[in-house]
Amino acid sequence: MKLYDVGKIFIGILVFAAIAAFPFYYNIGRVNAKPEPKVDTPVIQEWEKQYGKKECVESKEFMRAEHMQLLNNWRDMVVRQDNRGYLSSANHKRFNMSLQNGCMNCHSNKKKFCDECHTYLSVAPYCWDCHIQPKEKEEKKS
Amino acid sequence: MSMDRRQFLKIAGISSILGFGASVVSTAQPSLLTGLDPAQVDKNKEALLAKRWAMVVDMSKFKTDDDYKKVIDACHLTHNVPDFRNADGSVDKKFEIKWIWTAAYERAFPGQDNKYMNEHLKEMPFLVACNHCDNPPCVRVCPTKATFKLPNGITMQDEHRCIGCRFCMAACPYGSRSFNWRDPRPAIKSENKEYPTRAKGVVEKCTFCTERLAVGKLPACVEAAPKGGLIFGDLEDPNSEVRKIVTNQYTIRRKSDLGTGPGIYYIVGGSDHA
Repeated sequence: MKLYDVGKIFIGILVFAAIAAFPFYYNIGRVNAKPEPKVDTPVIQEWEKQYGKKECVESKEFMRAEHMQLLNNWRDMVVRQDNRGYLSSANHKRFNMSLQNGCMNCHSNKKKFCDECHTYLSVAPYCWDCHIQPKEKEEKKS
Repeated sequence: MSMDRRQFLKIAGISSILGFGASVVSTAQPSLLTGLDPAQVDKNKEALLAKRWAMVVDMSKFKTDDDYKKVIDACHLTHNVPDFRNADGSVDKKFEIKWIWTAAYERAFPGQDNKYMNEHLKEMPFLVACNHCDNPPCVRVCPTKATFKLPNGITMQDEHRCIGCRFCMAACPYGSRSFNWRDPRPAIKSENKEYPTRAKGVVEKCTFCTERLAVGKLPACVEAAPKGGLIFGDLEDPNSEVRKIVTNQYTIRRKSDLGTGPGIYYIVGGSDHA
């Protein structure tokens, strides 16, 4: 078997590899800061004082991985079935199923809590098209 | 490979049995991720409950323009309803959003007016809103089930699911629904931080204040109305005030001949005017 135009093919492969690998060498040497969401709002600190630990509606691991699914379920429960209370399976406390009046009550730092990871992962949930986000200090300056 | 008809049918039969069997096994896994355990959710203790929420509007209690304005403002401020205005300050009818508003007799009760009727009655502004019908045409036409009936009689709207097709607006005989042609946020003067706004491209309407009933409060309009002007309660409860009024007094409903079963009842002839 004879391979024709070896030179052209080889150059073609090199050009393709160079283009395909562009994102990798483009980002070499750039520092991509890991997202570090913060859970140190006044309300959460108050909670920690009262109960001795930080607690959410479910375990930290579950919330980290599945909060979007939980929020979807909550929305259906509230809007479509008119239920408002949620009994946590982690700490058996009752929580108000509400983004604006529940979640953001404690997590009043949307920028450091929500946007930190969402921006890093380039996901843009449209919660805040309708739901009103908490006022933050940085916002007032700009 | 050749195969006769009999062999083909055998293989097809066996593989379809295997296929269905597998689908039954794989779907039987409920968890926190596929839906909440019903035991995990409940209603608030203070929530007001009913089998059929309904409202009575006693027109004799509304005397001044201010009485109406208070009611409408209370509703629209509570629910972040935008107020689009023209340059001259008049309401921009093209983009207007309304949950509760006023209409003249001939508009509210078409076909029931006559040439010689009392001028006062003819020009009186009737408070109108979503009637939360028993048999709502908007629900029937909604292709995404974004609008639906709650078991307590409220016709609810799920803005998350609304695709903005406006079939419901065409279906509603009362004009109770408004479409967000524009982003409503710039036209909301003071935001109620406890209630969401809407986004561009969805339909909205009165919800009988489900969010307030859930925390034991009466609807915002009822609280703001002159005493006895708006009466809210459970029509299925024989001891409720609305039921007593509807049973003992003469009330009319908007376009009830259409068979929608509207849930707002009007006492038109009051003692103050014949």
